[in-house]
Amino acid sequence: MALDEVKPVVETGESYDSNKEFKYVGTRPNRPDGLDKVTGRAKYGADHAVANMLHAAVLRSPHAHARIVKIDTSKAEAAEGVKAVVIGTDLPEGLTGGDLHLQENTLARDKVYYDGHAVAAVAATSALAAKDAVKLIEVEYELLPHVIDVDEAMKPDAPVIREGDQGPTVPEGMHPNVVNYMEFGHGDLEAGFAAADLVLENTFKTEATHQGYIEPHACVGQLGEDGKGEMWVCTQGQWFIRKMCAAVLGLEASNLRVTPSEIGGGFGGKTTIFSEAISLALSRKAGGRPVKLVMTRSEVLRATGPTASTSMDVKIGMKKDGTITAGSVEFRMQGGAWPDMAPTGMALNCAFASYDMPAVHHVGYDVLANRPKAAAYRAPGSPMAAFAVESLVDEMCRELKLDPIEVRMKNGAKEGTKASYGPTFKQIGLMQTLEAAKAHPNLQAELGPNQGRGVACGFWFNHGGETSVTLALGNDGTVTVSAGTPDIGGSRASVALMVAETLGIPYDHVRVNIVETGALGFNEPSHGSRATFATGKAAVESCNQAIKEMCRRAAKKWGIDEDAVEWKDGAAHPAGPNAGEFPPMTIKKIAQSMGRSGGPISGHHETTAGGVGESFGTHVVDVEVDPETGKTTILRYLVVQDAGRAIHPSYVEGQYQGGAAQGIGWALNEEYVYDDMGRLQNPVFLDYRVPVASDLPMIDTVIVEVPNPGHPYGVRGVGETGITPPLPAIANAIADATGCRMRHLPMTPVKVLKAIKERVNG
Amino acid sequence: MSNKIHVSTKVNGDEVEFLCDPRETLLDALRDRLNLTGAKEGCGTGDCGACSVTVDGRLVCSCLMLGAEAEGKEIATIEGMAEGGELHPLQRKFIEHAALQCGVCTPGILVAAKNLLEKNPDPTEEQVRYWLAGNLCRCTGYDKIIRAVMDAAEEMRGAA
Repeated sequence: MALDEVKPVVETGESYDSNKEFKYVGTRPNRPDGLDKVTGRAKYGADHAVANMLHAAVLRSPHAHARIVKIDTSKAEAAEGVKAVVIGTDLPEGLTGGDLHLQENTLARDKVYYDGHAVAAVAATSALAAKDAVKLIEVEYELLPHVIDVDEAMKPDAPVIREGDQGPTVPEGMHPNVVNYMEFGHGDLEAGFAAADLVLENTFKTEATHQGYIEPHACVGQLGEDGKGEMWVCTQGQWFIRKMCAAVLGLEASNLRVTPSEIGGGFGGKTTIFSEAISLALSRKAGGRPVKLVMTRSEVLRATGPTASTSMDVKIGMKKDGTITAGSVEFRMQGGAWPDMAPTGMALNCAFASYDMPAVHHVGYDVLANRPKAAAYRAPGSPMAAFAVESLVDEMCRELKLDPIEVRMKNGAKEGTKASYGPTFKQIGLMQTLEAAKAHPNLQAELGPNQGRGVACGFWFNHGGETSVTLALGNDGTVTVSAGTPDIGGSRASVALMVAETLGIPYDHVRVNIVETGALGFNEPSHGSRATFATGKAAVESCNQAIKEMCRRAAKKWGIDEDAVEWKDGAAHPAGPNAGEFPPMTIKKIAQSMGRSGGPISGHHETTAGGVGESFGTHVVDVEVDPETGKTTILRYLVVQDAGRAIHPSYVEGQYQGGAAQGIGWALNEEYVYDDMGRLQNPVFLDYRVPVASDLPMIDTVIVEVPNPGHPYGVRGVGETGITPPLPAIANAIADATGCRMRHLPMTPVKVLKAIKERVNG
Repeated sequence: MSNKIHVSTKVNGDEVEFLCDPRETLLDALRDRLNLTGAKEGCGTGDCGACSVTVDGRLVCSCLMLGAEAEGKEIATIEGMAEGGELHPLQRKFIEHAALQCGVCTPGILVAAKNLLEKNPDPTEEQVRYWLAGNLCRCTGYDKIIRAVMDAAEEMRGAA
């Protein structure tokens, strides 16, 4: 979720009933799509094939920054089996802003901006023929100087990546690569620092990481000369695919029908387009034949949307008793060669969100570099911000000999706190997560030599967003829910549980389908931890509408006023003795006769969902650092997080564990490594090393439930917060184990060993 | 175009034949020639294990073997794991333990875990973790996967 996508809230309202007891919500039934996914039947992006289908391959830039002088596609066009070739100039001209940037990233026009940037594409009768033909395309490049590092990209002599994209707030005289500047805060900063007993200031750096979803991007696109088309695609948001492809190709959105496949992971990386529009452009050129485009892993790592790399200054003031008096940050983040992609604003907003502070000040720079166009990655910006701030807080706790949990409890944000980023928090659960962490047996575990413990907190806003849901009653009293948020981690199960609870019918009488773009109004993607929150909320409202109609049908049959009918346990009942004596009319009975009582019964709700509840978490990690190799082993890991209400606790735990594992990878192993020519050196899983089963212990979880009053079942959204604390928690544990403060991620054995040696050698 | 190779092999107990390009992997042949799309390509370099199948009982990444090499072999894929409509205990336990989120790594992990339990019916947690170290999962942090495998192993030992 990019910052500019945060929509104004148009609906608030507190709907949570804290006295209600639940029959289905909070249970752990089997997920409805489980059988398909353990038998290999579930259809993901690359599993789709249609008649007359062609296969695409993409030619990519081997240079970090170059002008395209000439492209000769004639040999490729003449190759056997080739049906279409497209290059950047085949796409319509005249786009501006974000649409232009999407188009430039889809296929380079004048310049290539990074190693892996798409330059041309071929559709042929087989994947091998397409791959062979791509090699026949001849491109003449004029090499340009490039820049990879964010701090280097801001220097006066840095190569200019783009002209004319500098935002109006950027201070005069800054390099054109600095495209956005932001500054905000409140309170008297200088007075705050003056009141502190200890003021510490340090610089932290993080490297770019990739979401690392196991399923590469894949689609089958079909587009006729009449501008009507279809697409099958793995995505977090089919309407975003429609909107973006339509913009890039100059199509009318409603003429493009987008069907989401099952999705093999996304973590934010599948909320935008990369090569989807290429398949449509090829299809149109090939007379409307469908074109399948499946990325390789190297293409995924080189040319989709990793996260920003960062350079961050933090300054904090603290009293001897642990009271934090003031804090300021300056974050410099690169998000690739296009503006607005680095999550600088969200990182700033998250930086001090866990603290109640009298004075805060934030400065941020969005900087261009010759790297791929960044995309969202799980709590965009928050993990980096947490690394900088929570590491520095830990340094101060050590220096003042204070307990890191007690210091966080002393300063932690709670209901009524004016958040560091402006609003006043309502009910939030940070304190409860700290209490639960303190009480957990992991904190009693004794640490041996070379072992250390680290604590950190984390935060994510969560998101509501544009949502449209329809529920339809089947003729046997079962219901179908049409939802628009792809099920990326069990959301069908959680939506079905909420619908079953609201209607009072069994869980397995509810089928949740993720539908194509023609079947519902616009839905934002499964992003911002919003699927269970917003789709669930709209599904409950859809239930309420259907219940109202079912009560009306019963009232009509009984000849009483519809207000005299109430719904409970899956049936219409007369509301009290005054309404008359009638046996309950079950949903099944109403469904069986609905054709005669007024026609089909459904419920529908659409909204820009408000009432979002923030989610805080506290992580505690124990590590052992091998003093001879510098290798860090995770011994114990504890995630405590406020879910609001866990609809299906197993999948809430799954989000906590998965977020922690990604954070562990980010902290210890994962990074984009470039050579001096600006080429990515590790675009395979062997070298871009994500955590494997033998790297990790069991990941302990505690679900704290401080219900969100803005959701009928108290849901907050749990997907993202869990990736934020691991970065600093592990750094803090390594500092505890070794006495070495690591301020540059990832904390690889090489770096840790170097730090240990430097410390030992004084 | 290159000459196609005719391959006769056995997949999940059924005799099958297909024509493939000499450069096609076994994974390509399974997915594109035989429409068995349960095995996935996550990397194409043998690092992620999403394409795991067994060939004559040996666990392999089907992206690292050529389709032509399947001649005369016996191949088992995720599609053959449930027998006679009855799920293998591992499949059942994966659903019960919520051991999958997106599910794209699940077929490969199930094939790999079944192969482990055939060799070692009583593995330690560490043995399960090292056996599955070649199967990447990005969603779960592996916790529930390991629990599901250990639980299935226990149930299978009880039934044996």
